[in-house]
Amino acid sequence: MDLSILWYLVPSVIMFVAGVYGFVTRKNMIALLISLELMLNSADLNFVVFNRYLFPGSMEGMFFTLFAIAIAAAETAIAIAIIINIYRSVQNTDINVVNKMKF
Amino acid sequence: MDSVANIILYFVVAIAVTVFSVMAVTSRRILRAATYLLFVLISTAVIYFQLGYQFLGAVQIAVYAGGIMVLFVFSIILTRKPGEKESFLDSHRRAIGISVSVAGCILLLLALFTMPLFSGVSLSEALEAGNMITMKEIGNAMVGSDRFQYLLPFEAVSVLLLACIIGGVVVARKR
Repeated sequence: MDLSILWYLVPSVIMFVAGVYGFVTRKNMIALLISLELMLNSADLNFVVFNRYLFPGSMEGMFFTLFAIAIAAAETAIAIAIIINIYRSVQNTDINVVNKMKF
Repeated sequence: MDSVANIILYFVVAIAVTVFSVMAVTSRRILRAATYLLFVLISTAVIYFQLGYQFLGAVQIAVYAGGIMVLFVFSIILTRKPGEKESFLDSHRRAIGISVSVAGCILLLLALFTMPLFSGVSLSEALEAGNMITMKEIGNAMVGSDRFQYLLPFEAVSVLLLACIIGGVVVARKR
């Protein structure tokens, strides 16, 4: 039995689709952020798998993933700061409560 | 032909990724969802290790599983009461979510399995074809400015992180 490239891409597809489902159905902002992380993570995984199987001599996919992880960390930190600020204003983090830009 | 150990490791990790990512988006307790996300991230790090990217796996564990998860847990604890459950989904929203995700899943898998690009290279062949990536190579590629080297993105990320620190403090500060 061989572990070909498809074997690694199928869990990645499932991870991405789970992220899409969470992003559509969740109401809590932090849960939305968790779904977003799932989608980002599946894209990172795809970069690495394509790098390993299709271009094993280079390491561009690895560097793309490295920078994507750094940017995801920055994005999560800012998003959580915004969520905590919103919680201070309206004592809630559900997206259907936050429908005005200014309070 | 891949070794049995690699195949077993693959199945453990693939099942963990599948199950935990579905549980992370369906769990009604948000702290549990964050914990399942942590398991997914660690499983992804195991895949990176298995594919021969040790540095990337270490970064994944340190930054994602270490840094981002701490942020998540702190923000959940700050914004929710312990043991608080999310309300049940309204059926309308759930129907949209399920139809979108099932359609996306079918579309992506169809595209995946009809792709002519993939030859049947196995993992051991792919690992042999590429030489082991050493830390020296990574360091040289990170701070060089030639072709396939990444000095500009490296510096741009440092500026981005600085902006992120200042922005985080300014946004979350008490007024």
